[in-house]
Amino acid sequence: MWTWFYKLASPPYVYGVAAALMPWFLGLALLTIGYGLIAGLGFAPPDYQQGDAFRIIYVHVPSAWMSEFVYTTMALAGGIALIWRIKVGHAVAAASAPIGASLTLLALVTGSMWGKPMWGTYWAWDPRLTSELILLFLYVGVMSLRSAFEDPARGDRAAALLAVVGAVNVPIIHYSVVWWNSLHQGATVAKLGKPSIAGSMLWPLLSMFVGFMLFYGAVLCLRLQGEVLNRERQSAWVREAIKS
Amino acid sequence: MTVSAWEAFWLIVRREMRLSFRRPEQLIQPLVFFLIVTTLFPLGLSLQLSLLRDIAPGVLWVAALLSALLSLDFLFKSDADDGTLEQLALSGHGLTVIVAAKTLSHWLVTGLALVLVSPIVGTALGIPVEAFATMLVSLALGTLTLSWLGAIGAGLTIGLRRGNVLLSLIVLPLAMPLLIFGAGATDRAISGTNAAGALYLLAALCVFTCTLAPFAAAAALRITLE
Repeated sequence: MWTWFYKLASPPYVYGVAAALMPWFLGLALLTIGYGLIAGLGFAPPDYQQGDAFRIIYVHVPSAWMSEFVYTTMALAGGIALIWRIKVGHAVAAASAPIGASLTLLALVTGSMWGKPMWGTYWAWDPRLTSELILLFLYVGVMSLRSAFEDPARGDRAAALLAVVGAVNVPIIHYSVVWWNSLHQGATVAKLGKPSIAGSMLWPLLSMFVGFMLFYGAVLCLRLQGEVLNRERQSAWVREAIKS
Repeated sequence: MTVSAWEAFWLIVRREMRLSFRRPEQLIQPLVFFLIVTTLFPLGLSLQLSLLRDIAPGVLWVAALLSALLSLDFLFKSDADDGTLEQLALSGHGLTVIVAAKTLSHWLVTGLALVLVSPIVGTALGIPVEAFATMLVSLALGTLTLSWLGAIGAGLTIGLRRGNVLLSLIVLPLAMPLLIFGAGATDRAISGTNAAGALYLLAALCVFTCTLAPFAAAAALRITLE
């Protein structure tokens, strides 16, 4: 029953699986993101309150959601690697961190672009924006810690531990920020009511969610191949894999 | 002669206290830093006590966090440099006990001292005396929690050349809830409203880190020491 799990600990096997899955993930990601963008930007009706500006949610919401998903994946992979000493877990975590940080940055940039027409300012200390910013700091911390060690194995394990500690803290940070904002309410942002979303707006959004997920899968497979090759560069199978 | 874990804990605490009082500059420098940073704000902003009182909780808490962060450098560094930490790790007592003893004594000499100095800073920033009790309790809980979080960060960055900057980068995002609740509690005490909610949340964070952080910090040391 556990053989698939053991197989996943073997670098050549993971390299092969990542190479095989990558084109599928990428093709399906292009399809779903393509449909989501065309339907969302071209055919979904403008929002009755926000006009066309709401269309940024088709990029903003999936990237914000994925930024948390990728962090969770990174922490889980790091935790698995720490507990069972599976090196591939560190490779997954190392490959995920820059992707997650980029998605977090994308969510922040699109969020502030949406904020300018809606709130009249690029940045407001809105709880979600703020906890997203702290998430970016956590990513930067994990990535810098990994690269600070001369011995890569030690850097991997230190970064994995920090990712796990950060994952425990993410909900605490989120709720503390929400609570903090409720203290200072009034002077800050006028909250926009969440409109119940129409089907013609919802389907493109769901398609974008799936598309972002698949895109993460594709980029992860690509980066994971690089990580595994780099980490196993002394072994015989890598020399053969590069030759062929 | 065998020593139980509990005895080992107190032996380490006593050793740490004795060492700290023989090197008083380690104790005094973070406190002076705390005073200097809080002096900067009135100089940079305004002399009006009414304005200062509005920003006092934030100034006080940011200065306290930065000063506590600065003192984390002493937590494991000298023991790691001269090999004592490795001897302790090999002593047969769990690394968790050792880390807990070192962190607690570190807080007793740095965090608690900062709490005791804070009324001076509070007065200078125009915090009314009625708010002092809340301010002291919140700072005590906050600096203790930060010491536990900092022990994880200090454990992870031992032996790194640019460890100090990295330590801040790692610990500060984790410490943001402390700033929110701590400054929030002080703010409420100044305005005369009930600060109990924020204090309870701070206490909850403190208990949470007291119970889990020693294990995480011991795991961090196990990674960096070996």
